[in-house]
Amino acid sequence: MWLLDSTNHQSLITNHISLAAFDFSVFLRPSPESALNNLSYLLVGLGWSLLLALGSWVVAFVVGSVVGVMRTLPGRILPSIGACYVELFRNVPLLVQLFVWFFVVPDITPILGDWFKQQVPPIWQEFIAGTACLGLFTAARIAEQVRSGIGSLGTGQLGAGLALGLRRRQVYLLVLLPVAYRILIPTLTSEFLNLIKNTAVASTIGYLELAQRSASMAETTARVYEAFTAATLLYAALNLLVMFLARALERFTALPGFLGGDK
Amino acid sequence: MISIRNVSKWFGEFQALKKCSAEVHKGEVVVICGPSGSGKSTLIKCVNGLESFQEGEIWVDGISVADRKTDLPKLRSRVGMVFQHFELFPHLSILDNITLAQCRVLGRSKKQAVEKAVQLLELVGLAEQKPKFPAQLSGGQQQRVAIARALAMDPIAMLFDEPTSALDPEMINEVLDVMVELAQSGMTMLVVTHEMGFAKRVANRIIFMDRGEVVEDRPKQTFFENPETNRARQFLSKILTH
Repeated sequence: MWLLDSTNHQSLITNHISLAAFDFSVFLRPSPESALNNLSYLLVGLGWSLLLALGSWVVAFVVGSVVGVMRTLPGRILPSIGACYVELFRNVPLLVQLFVWFFVVPDITPILGDWFKQQVPPIWQEFIAGTACLGLFTAARIAEQVRSGIGSLGTGQLGAGLALGLRRRQVYLLVLLPVAYRILIPTLTSEFLNLIKNTAVASTIGYLELAQRSASMAETTARVYEAFTAATLLYAALNLLVMFLARALERFTALPGFLGGDK
Repeated sequence: MISIRNVSKWFGEFQALKKCSAEVHKGEVVVICGPSGSGKSTLIKCVNGLESFQEGEIWVDGISVADRKTDLPKLRSRVGMVFQHFELFPHLSILDNITLAQCRVLGRSKKQAVEKAVQLLELVGLAEQKPKFPAQLSGGQQQRVAIARALAMDPIAMLFDEPTSALDPEMINEVLDVMVELAQSGMTMLVVTHEMGFAKRVANRIIFMDRGEVVEDRPKQTFFENPETNRARQFLSKILTH
């Protein structure tokens, strides 16, 4: 819990160095995990960050799509359930949700909770709690986007599909969602970028991802600037790569004459 | 073929349809006209169950639309519908727009569906457009594709909901020509439109609606020459003077 530790904070300040004195050799020195040098130590952290982001994304995309679709269905019950989900998950601070998933849920879940606490290795406990937390939180945001994406197609497309004899499920899967996702690629991209940045909260439950590792490197080497500069650059590089891939996906799925596609 | 009996519909407090009744027999072309907001579109959407209604009955080919036991998707697959805003699927090519429901609903093979689609695209004069996407076509072309898409299901009747209202004037005729051809081929058609030229040419009967009511339902000759009600007379004088 490095965020909360004031004595370490003190030592970071007293050991601070000037910008001119950047010492890049620190990355080649042994890390807190002594088998690795500091650079590899951070890169492995980046890998854990990315893994958490990807796992959470799968949860967020699936759950968000289902909840978003629910909110567009006729009747009262399913749209209300969807609305409750969205309001619950986006109105509780992410950090609180994470603590609930990590500290509370395993305790109040019979059998599965015991298995989780006794059999699952700590790093995977943290990963699972982090995935549940970030995935379900991001799902609430994606649900709203899926709902508005489907809404932007209007009732006309639904009517056209139904009038042809397609069942509602088919209209959603064959028409509404494929078009809505295309419209939503830019906003979903920014959700994914947010998700990558939000993985840093998992450091608070001891998940050794990039933010946690850069802090612990700063602590052990007293090279604060180097450690956090490296973390900054690695996060930025990862997000730039994601943006680049999203652009490519957008171009690949663009429709001729539609939404900025070529005629 | 289509029988609408005392249908009433409310949107909350507002009564959109008031005890509407109408019959469309096999091979007939019936035009529904009337001022905007009179319930024409709502009524035609009730016929294939896209809109629900609270009172009355609608029968299509002996099947009740409002009956909970009716397999609505199956019924809808037998009744073609064309919309004001075309509603082609933007992510599918023209060809795929026409084959999608043939394969998914009727269970036709891809080959059969493509054959049918090509044949209908030739009928509406758009055979060369099949690899294109909807947004690459003009409004008139899109609406003709939409007609082909509906016809591909081999419908027993066709519903048209203001099919030319969203079109630029120079494109209206290309769509009406297809519809006239269809009418002359014996298709049963229920058409909401303001195109009185079309009505005069091919309609058997005209239904005039105002404020949710069927005000007149008469053969076109007598409707145009001698409308019974003041409301119809006023409506006609407004749209026919230009």
